[in-house]
Amino acid sequence: MAITASGITVSLGGKPILRDVDAQIRPGEVLGLIGPNGAGKTTLLRVLAALLAPERGGVDYDGASVRQLGRSALARRIAFLTQGGEGPAALSVETLVGLGRLPHRRPFAEADDADRQAVAQALALCDVAGFAGRAVGTLSGGERRRVLLARALAVEAPYLLADEPLAGLDPQHQLDTLQLLRRISGDGTGVVVVLHDLALAARFCDRLLLLDHGRKIADGLPVEVLDDVRLAQIFGIHALRGVHAGEPFLLPWRTLDNGKTAS
Amino acid sequence: MTPDALPGFRPAPLLGSLAFATLAMTAISMAVGYAPLPLGQAVTDLLAGQKSLPALVLYELRLPRALLGALVGFSLGMAGAAMQGLLRNPLAEPGVIGISSAAAFGAVLVFYSGLSASLALALPLGGIAGALVATVILFILLGRGASTTTLILAGVALNSFAGAATALALNLAPNPYAALEIVFWLMGSLADRSMNHVALALPLMLTGWLLLASTAPALDALSLGEDTATSLGFDLGWLRARLIGGAALAVGSAVAVTGAIGFVGLVVPHLLRPLVGHRPGRLLIASGFGGAILVLAADIGVRLMPIRPELKLGVVTALIGAPFLFALVQRLRREAL
Repeated sequence: MAITASGITVSLGGKPILRDVDAQIRPGEVLGLIGPNGAGKTTLLRVLAALLAPERGGVDYDGASVRQLGRSALARRIAFLTQGGEGPAALSVETLVGLGRLPHRRPFAEADDADRQAVAQALALCDVAGFAGRAVGTLSGGERRRVLLARALAVEAPYLLADEPLAGLDPQHQLDTLQLLRRISGDGTGVVVVLHDLALAARFCDRLLLLDHGRKIADGLPVEVLDDVRLAQIFGIHALRGVHAGEPFLLPWRTLDNGKTAS
Repeated sequence: MTPDALPGFRPAPLLGSLAFATLAMTAISMAVGYAPLPLGQAVTDLLAGQKSLPALVLYELRLPRALLGALVGFSLGMAGAAMQGLLRNPLAEPGVIGISSAAAFGAVLVFYSGLSASLALALPLGGIAGALVATVILFILLGRGASTTTLILAGVALNSFAGAATALALNLAPNPYAALEIVFWLMGSLADRSMNHVALALPLMLTGWLLLASTAPALDALSLGEDTATSLGFDLGWLRARLIGGAALAVGSAVAVTGAIGFVGLVVPHLLRPLVGHRPGRLLIASGFGGAILVLAADIGVRLMPIRPELKLGVVTALIGAPFLFALVQRLRREAL
């Protein structure tokens, strides 16, 4: 059981975005997609969610292709959270989160108990149950992000693909969100998350997939992937490292003077 | 609270009252006319199959007028709501994809050729042909997987072309009277339509409504953006195809039988949106009824107003609709502050 992408190659407008990238998402695991801006993280996530067909290569969903599964079956298997995304301002929070139940509902069927329960649970998990009745437009940016995450969780899919779910969140809710993703992965969900914060990525992901200029540079345990040479070569930074309560951590500390070369 | 039971949103009572209001307006529309009509007697005569004068007036004049008002209004309201949902733009209206202008041009061509004088249904048939040709062109222009921007651009192109062609027909009109006739027809009216018009438009409209109604869940999902809607299992290419096809059938046949009636498809969805919890899918049927009510009200107004010859319906809906739009602009401005 896994989502397996192999040999993914994508170019947009003649510009290569992904070149021959392999990736695998396993149930019960948090996979972090990291890399500098323009590395191809979002594109890879969209290919994994079957929102973008690769030029070459293919994605296999628990042994079936998109074509074999069909869109609606895939919609129950993969929840996707886009980058940014305002959400329709006038919709109430609860209605918006309820839209996550559409893949489970026959057209025009009313919400059933399972739907209501999933929505209530998603609202509670994302700490937004308190403003369930408010219009999305009246919320702050961070609150809105959490509501959109709740919408994705309401799908109750075995895989969750989230593009920068931490953008615009305060530190408490960044940690909340990552702890939440860890919790649902503990329940068996396969989670893929695009992250820019390397410290949080190293701390909360089981595995990191590092992309640069559309190529996969590394795929493995955070400590292995984020070694000093890669931090210098790919990100052009130096990071402090330490161990707290038996867990290694890293803290991006300064940029390297001479561009992206190791000092 | 459940997702479908939010404050201010109870679909069944809302749709029920809108449907009731539509029926009531249809009945009032049948009761209003230029000559007094004993409505009760007309109905009993008509049901008994007696060809009395009241029965004839009811069947030949009042009934088609009221029915067409309801049908055309429903089509315009529903198509407007669908377009606003698809384009996620409150300024979208049924005419935005160019089908109405093309239908109007089709009818104008019939006028121009003189066919309308020899065959009673030539006008609406010409309008439907125009709408059909435009829809085919639209689909060819769009191909598969076209973006919203492409759709709007294609609509603008179709609109300008059909508008220019209509202007050309006016320009080349054989005499001023013919030009005036075309201009009056373009303003839209329900006067002097027969049950043949109803029979011609109804099947097309019904098919259009069904296609439009089938887009409701996808439109709800689309309010979250294209990627999210796709990830929720909706094929956006298929959604666009059904919606454009449905709007073309409903609006094309509406314009073909009554001429261009503006503002209904633009204003009605705005008025009803808060009442359906702002869900674009829920807005479709409600806007259909809302459109029917507005068109029937305007047509009743046209006949009650002491202005003869009667004002054109398209003029009145625009006169009623524009203040609503002004009020909307005011409200949006206040909310933006």
